[in-house]
Formats: sequence, C-alpha cells, structure tokens
Amino acid sequence: MTSEATTTVAAFTLDDLKRILLSAAGADESVDMDGDILDALFTDLGYDSLALLETAAVISREYGVELSDDAVTAVTTPRGFVELVNSA
Amino acid sequence: MTAVAVTGIGAIAPNGKGTDAYWKSTVEGLSGIVPVSRFDASGYPAKLAGEVPFDAAAHLPSRLIPATDHMTRLSLAAAEWALQDAGVDPAELPDFGAGVITASSAGGFEFGQRELENLWNKGPKYVSAYQSYAWFYAVNSGQISIRHGMRGPSGVVVSDQAGGLDAIAQTRRQIRKGTQLIISGGVDGSLCPWGWVAQMTDTRMSTSDDPERAYLPFDPAAGGHVAGEGGALLVMEELEAARRRGARIYGEVAGYGATMDPRPGSSREPGLRRAIVTALDDAGVNPDEVDVVFADAAAVPELDRIEADAIDAVFGPGKVAVTAPKTMTGRLAAGAASLDVAAALLAIRDGVIPPTVHVSRAPEYSIDLVTGAAREAQVRTALVLARGHGGFNSAVVVRAAR
Repeated sequence: MTSEATTTVAAFTLDDLKRILLSAAGADESVDMDGDILDALFTDLGYDSLALLETAAVISREYGVELSDDAVTAVTTPRGFVELVNSA
Repeated sequence: MTAVAVTGIGAIAPNGKGTDAYWKSTVEGLSGIVPVSRFDASGYPAKLAGEVPFDAAAHLPSRLIPATDHMTRLSLAAAEWALQDAGVDPAELPDFGAGVITASSAGGFEFGQRELENLWNKGPKYVSAYQSYAWFYAVNSGQISIRHGMRGPSGVVVSDQAGGLDAIAQTRRQIRKGTQLIISGGVDGSLCPWGWVAQMTDTRMSTSDDPERAYLPFDPAAGGHVAGEGGALLVMEELEAARRRGARIYGEVAGYGATMDPRPGSSREPGLRRAIVTALDDAGVNPDEVDVVFADAAAVPELDRIEADAIDAVFGPGKVAVTAPKTMTGRLAAGAASLDVAAALLAIRDGVIPPTVHVSRAPEYSIDLVTGAAREAQVRTALVLARGHGGFNSAVVVRAAR
C-alpha cells in the first residue's frame, strides 16, 4: 500500500495539466478553469488541437514522457489527457 | 463607381499607441525613434528603431499570447480600436459580410527567429506548435478574422512598404463587389536580428546612432532610413451604407494606382509618376486639387530624387505641400502606408499638415516640404505614396466625403 500511495503522489494530476495549459495556451475568458473541468470537452474550454499539441510538447519536455500527436489530438477532456500522460 | 469610405481608425505607432495619442504626437512633431532595446543591436550597423512597447496581457486574451508574434498583438489591438472607433459591433455583422485584408512584409519574424533558434539549439520538440502559423504573412488577417468572426473576403497583400496601400485598394474592390465592411491596412514590424540582417542587404538602413539625424529624407545628410514597427488598421465600408447607419466618415478612398519599376539599369522612367497619375485619374482629381502629398520618403538620395521628380512632374515644382510624418516613426514596412492614410484623413479632419521632423530640405529639391512644425491648411484631398523594395509603387487619393 505504501509504495502504491507514493506512485499516486508522483502522478500527473489535473492541477499539473491546468498549470501547463495556462502557460502554453492561456485560458478562454469565458471559462472558469478553477471550476469542475475534469470531464469538460476541450472544445468547450476553448482549446483547439494546436493548443493541446503545444501543451503536450511542454509536458513531454518537463516529465520526460513520449506523447504521440495522434494520441494527443484524440483526447477530448482533461481527464483523458491526464490519463494519457500517466499511461505514457 | 461605388464610393468607399473610412469610418474607423486604429493607429499604433512608435510615437503613440491609439489614434489620439499617435496624432497628437505627430502634429506636435514628437518622434518615437530610440536606440534598439528589443535585442542587442550593438554589433549591427543599424542601432535605432521605432519601437512600440506593448503590454499584451493587458490588451489581449491570454489564449492569444503564446500564439502570437509582437506585431500580431499590435495588429489585434489596432483592429479592436478601429472597430470601436467605427462604432461597429462585429457580433452584429453578417458572418460572411465582413472581412479582413491586411498587408505584411515578413510575417511574424521575431516569433519565427525564436522558434528556429529552438529548433537548431534544442531540437524539434522545443519548437512551438504555434510556429505552424504565427510567422505566416497572413497571420494578422487570420487572427483578426477569428477574433471578431469576420469570415467575408479576406487575405494578405505582400509588396513591402507599398502593401499598406495595396491592401486598401484590394479592400475597395471587395466592397464594390458587395462586402459590407472590411478591416484593412497594415500593422507590421520585424525588430529582431533576423529582420535586421534581412534588411541590411543594401544601404537602405541608416547607420547613424543619433535619433535626430538618422532618418532624413530630402535632406543633404540623407543616409537611409530607420526601421520601425506599428501601423494602422482602418474600417472601410460603402459610403452610402455608412451614412445610412449614421457612421462618422473620415473620408473617401477616392483613387488608386500601382506600377512596377523597370528593371535595374533600364533607361526607362521609374514607375512612381505613373502610379500618381493613375491614382489621380481614378479619383477624377486634378493635380491642383491635391492639398498635400504624404511622401514615401526613402531617405536614400537616388530614391528621394525619383520621388521629388515625380511630384514635380505631376504638380509642378513647389506647387503642393509634401510631408513625411514617418520621420517620427521610422519606416514601418507594410504598416507605414496605412498609417500615412490615417494621418491624411486626420489632416483632413483637423485642417493641419503634420511636419517632417529633423529635416532641412536639400537645395537641389524644389518640393514644398513641410518641415519644422505642423502647417495649418485646409485639406480636402490628400495623396499618399508608398514604395516597396523590389520596384513596387503605389499611390492612394483620399478626400473629404462629398
């Protein structure tokens, strides 16, 4: 149990994603990024595929993970993006 | 032919951000030329620029900041100001009834340089995804179109400094074909080492480090120009439709002419005079009806001579006021000529011709150059000239709406 808990703490979280999204792509003025966005569609949050590709590039550099363009552009929600990074 | 009017101006220039600030400085003769601060220019022959420092975060949505070059941010601000000035809410415009036609000389060069440096210093993973469009010629048109939902006829014109006038002419054609409203003109600049070396391929750039002696068109000490950034975007629409909606009319874009120079070394006449004559004919204006000429003002002696000769040939020596307020901003590439059109329209509004600063006209020229201070004069009709590197000559006639 102890080792599993440690793994969870080190995992990529929604807060990590939000931080990188904001620096790599900014935020739409009409969206509350501090609201419940985990299952919101990126299109509703104002992020297009380029914003996600730029965000993925920053994540791959910071966390040393490989994220393919196809996988990134197939993701539709923050939950999906977080899971993608954690499974990479 | 359908008359086309300018109903909104968004100017952003080294000597003033916003139309009022720019015009106040320009009439007062205040220059915005400074030592380059955007990059270390100490190792380059040209050390001065007309810079527009800009707090993008205060003016633009954060979504646009990582995706835009400095000059695109300036153009987004200018477009917003122009629409506000015209009293237009873009949300109320028909989706395909409003467009954006801008001029560009280099696209987002500073952005492009940074990302190319990332590419060769660090590798492809470090190149911004926004590089895919942020350095395009058409990026300003695209970003303005997206931001304001203006999906009508749009595009970009690339003819160096002449582009600011060529975009306005393209806009007039589209409005005559039925487009309701178009944002037109240019806001441009590439104040970065890559932009610098690209422009230093000949002697057009001044190497003076004195802001008051560096850009002196028609002066005995003319030795090239100072580069700058900024420009103006204009809201243009059909004159009668603008009147019906109660818009304030700055003036009419009444005439346009464009020519290419003959090949270098040719004995044929340079194209500028024909561009002027074509624009006057298009406007149905006689030379003696023109109250002021906004000169291209290259500050390269051979080019100044060609321009002075063309003005003399059309108007007669000393018969028309000539000015170059760009001596206060530097040459703004594709942003220069639409800023001059804005200045011409404001000159019509206020009855004042802004000065050509720091210049003493060389005795070999007989043009009536407005130097020293602004000159009060009734201005009904103005001619704006612009030349682009590589042989582009364009001329636009603007006049008070009739």
